[in-house]
Amino acid sequence: MFTAAALVVAFAAVLVLYRAIKGPRVYDRLLAVNVIGTKTVVLLALIGFMYERPYFLDVALVYALINFIATIAFLKYRELGRLD
Amino acid sequence: MDLRVVLAGLFMAAGCFFLIVAAIGILRFPDFYTRMHPAGKADTLGQALIIAGLIIYWGINLVSVKLLIIALFIMVANPTAAYALANAAYASGVKPWKKGEERK
Amino acid sequence: MSFVLTAIIMFAFWLLLSGEFTPILLGSGIVSSLLVAYISHDLLFGNARFGVLAGRFWRFLLYLPWLFKEIVVANFDLVYRTLHPKMPIDPEVRNFQADLNTDMGISMLANSITLTPGTVTMEAKSDGSFTVHSLVRGSDAEDMERRIKRIERGA
Repeated sequence: MFTAAALVVAFAAVLVLYRAIKGPRVYDRLLAVNVIGTKTVVLLALIGFMYERPYFLDVALVYALINFIATIAFLKYRELGRLD
Repeated sequence: MDLRVVLAGLFMAAGCFFLIVAAIGILRFPDFYTRMHPAGKADTLGQALIIAGLIIYWGINLVSVKLLIIALFIMVANPTAAYALANAAYASGVKPWKKGEERK
Repeated sequence: MSFVLTAIIMFAFWLLLSGEFTPILLGSGIVSSLLVAYISHDLLFGNARFGVLAGRFWRFLLYLPWLFKEIVVANFDLVYRTLHPKMPIDPEVRNFQADLNTDMGISMLANSITLTPGTVTMEAKSDGSFTVHSLVRGSDAEDMERRIKRIERGA
C-alpha cells in the first residue's frame, strides 16, 4: 500500500518536473520546484512507513521547513536583490 | 483485513488522486496564475489526505503527532508559499491570462 | 509575558519532537527554546493581551470545520475544471477592501482565500486591501471575510 502511494507521488513529481524544465518563466519553475519539494516531504514520510523507520519523519519535517524557507528566501532575493 | 487499514488506504488513494490532478493541472493550465490554483489547493489537500491516511494506519502516538505537525505545517506553508509566488509575479508585472488568448 | 509563553510553547514542541528525556537533550532543549523565544517572542503573539488571544484561538478552532468543508468543495471544483477536456476557466483579477486590523487576521484571510473555491490571493497589504485572482468570473470572498472578522473581534 505504501509502495503504491509512494510510486504515485513520485510519478506526480515527475509530471511537475516537466513544468520545471519547460518554464517558461522563472516563477513557473519556482512553483514547480516548490510543489516537488512538498511532494518529497510526503514521499519521505511514506518511505519511513515502507521500511518501518519512523526517523524518516524527522527528515520529512526538516525538509518541509527547508523547502518553505528556500522558496521564500529565493523570492525575497529576487525582489530585493539582497537577503539581509 | 482491518477496517482501519481499509480506511487508511481510502484516504491515501484520495490523496494520490488529488496529487495527480494537481500535477496535471500544473501541466495543463494556460498561465502562471491559473497554475497557482492546483499548486495551492489540490496539492495541499492531497498531502493532508495522505498524511491523514498514515495517521489512521498508525494510531495515536508520538509518530502520529509528528505526522500531524507535518500536515499542519504544510497546510499553513503551502498557501503562504503560493501567495508569495503570486505576489512576486504580480509585483514584477506578469500579466494574467484572459479567456480566448493564446496559451503561454 | 509573550517571552515566557513563547519559550514554554517552544519547549513543549521540543519535547514532542524528541520524545526522550535524557539530561543532555532536555538541557539543549531549554537553551534553544529560550534563544528562539528571545529572538522571536514578538512575532508569535504581537502585543495583544492573553485573554483576547485565547478567545481568538477558540473561535479559530470553531472556524476550522467550515474551512475544511470549503477546501474539499474547492478541490472537487478544481478537479472538474482541470480534467474537463475544454477546461472551463475564465480568469479575472479583482480588488477589494477587507475590514480587518490585525496582521494575523489578514494573513489568515489570505491563506483561506488561496485554499477555497476558485481564488488565489495575489496581494494583501496590512491596511486590508486585497488583490485576488479567481479562476472563474464572479466568485467572491465576502462571506469568508465576515467569518474572519468574527474570529478577530468576537462579535
